[in-house]
Amino acid sequence: MTTQAISITRESKGGSYFDWKSWLFWLIMAVWSVPLLWLMSMSVRYNEDILSVFEIIPSRISFRGYIEFFTEPLWYGALINSLSYTTMNMVLSVAVALPAAYAFSRFTFSGDKHLFFWLLTNRMAPAAVFLLPFFQMYQALGLFDTTYAVALAHMLFNVPLAVWILEGFMSGVPRQLDEMAEIDGYSFGRFFLTVFVPMIRAGIGVTAFFAFMFSWVELLIARTLTGPNAMPLGVQMSTTSSAAGLDWALLSAAGVIAIVPGVIVIWFVRNYIAKGFALGRV
Amino acid sequence: MNLKKKNNKAWLLVLPVVIVVAFTAIIPLMTVANYSVQDVFSPTNRLYVGLDFFRQIATDPAIIAAFQRNLIFSTQILAIEIPLGIIIAKLMPRHGWKAAAALVIVAIPLVIPWNVVGTTWRVFARPDVGLLGVTINQFREFDIGNTPSDAWATMVMMDVWHWTPLVALLVYAGLRAIPDAYYQAASIDGASVISVFRFVELPKLRRVLMIALLLRFMDSFMIYAEPYILTGGGPGTATEVMSILLAVIAVIQFDLGKAAAFSLIYFLIIQIFSFIFFTVLTLDERPGSTKKRQKKVVASRRQGVKAKEGSA
Repeated sequence: MTTQAISITRESKGGSYFDWKSWLFWLIMAVWSVPLLWLMSMSVRYNEDILSVFEIIPSRISFRGYIEFFTEPLWYGALINSLSYTTMNMVLSVAVALPAAYAFSRFTFSGDKHLFFWLLTNRMAPAAVFLLPFFQMYQALGLFDTTYAVALAHMLFNVPLAVWILEGFMSGVPRQLDEMAEIDGYSFGRFFLTVFVPMIRAGIGVTAFFAFMFSWVELLIARTLTGPNAMPLGVQMSTTSSAAGLDWALLSAAGVIAIVPGVIVIWFVRNYIAKGFALGRV
Repeated sequence: MNLKKKNNKAWLLVLPVVIVVAFTAIIPLMTVANYSVQDVFSPTNRLYVGLDFFRQIATDPAIIAAFQRNLIFSTQILAIEIPLGIIIAKLMPRHGWKAAAALVIVAIPLVIPWNVVGTTWRVFARPDVGLLGVTINQFREFDIGNTPSDAWATMVMMDVWHWTPLVALLVYAGLRAIPDAYYQAASIDGASVISVFRFVELPKLRRVLMIALLLRFMDSFMIYAEPYILTGGGPGTATEVMSILLAVIAVIQFDLGKAAAFSLIYFLIIQIFSFIFFTVLTLDERPGSTKKRQKKVVASRRQGVKAKEGSA
């Protein structure tokens, strides 16, 4: 009833009001998508054309970049490397963060505020600061140039992120639930795993998405901790781009492929994406 | 009712996180601190130099220049991204499938790997074969590879393209949280679009805007992959920001002590801003804060009405 009243008052300001807004919005989005369309068009053009002819719509099309990507072990291997450390990192980060987030959302304990803040500073720390010690540490541990090294190192910013987002979601669940479970005779472990975790599964999904995402887009640490064996996709792309005679078509194809996982998953978390970027606080 | 239970056993639940973060953050940071006060020639031969490296950092013209570039860059992108983000958020459709589609499309740049952003823009901005470069060349000379100001402008444009969606999404989430009754009240008062924004929306958006501002400031202060791939810091040192310089000192020059001292100062700056960010994030978790803000909103609405009456 109330919403109806408002829409009437708003529309009464002029019939063309809404149209004007949405036209402008889609126009901005069209401009926004130009660089991406450019990347896509590059990925299906010939190398000779990319660097010699300026054209908006490609005159001839080749899928060589994509074919090479999936037949060259160096490239699809890099994709597998990236996927394996991001997945490992995602699972570990969420698993470690779940109990901690519960503790922060339900209890006060000595030093909790300080700890919570300290976690945040790690999420915000410039990756460049950690390059040198990470390099030495993982070399000393014999983990250098493995996907485990990157998975562990990315926990630096993903664990704090996961704790913050999960805490945001958990605080939305009334505390009475915990008390009732206790009265009903649930042990803490049973309550947590069979009642609480299923209740916040949406939050866990979103957290997993963000852990995956931030690990997926990170380049600096991944580059420092890997050599030829565990080279991630992003590094494989940048090593190609520093060599003479760039294969732009292949590079763009790899770029398009690197975007795909993110774009697919956005759909599922679209309503929580702002909350995730604001560390669970919007 | 809303009081949390005091329970120090909760530390057991936090323990795994503490161990992991100690391993990934504290030990490395201690190494950095250790290096920052000594000159390492070889693992067995090192000289304690005290604060010499910090003095070097503070007087190194290259680092000071990079720091200034970072500050200018952050200021410029904030000045563009915040207003633009608000505008886009205001224009975004609110209902139905269009709203869902808009959310997804706006969010796409945020999930593109940072090096792909750099790679895309590197060709996109080429003056001979890139769409952006060729377009600008129609109006004025544009050469990202040789003209420092062009390289800088491209870097700013790239960041605006990449991160304005973050501001837009945060503001959109903030706008959605404003109850319809507020708009209703404003329209009964006969408030104009501008005064609705100023007195109804802006106060409600204050917190998301602060979050957006701080997030964008800190992330732009640490920016690395995008300018590294776009220009490699060039032409000359035109786009050499602190991360790029630090990576050069640490990994290429392998000047451990200097890199470590630089890292610590860098980390300290971010810490300070993290603290402000933390305060903003946890603002409404303090007792009494919600009430105060509601009062403020009511007061500002009254003011708005008064202003309206005054002008009429």
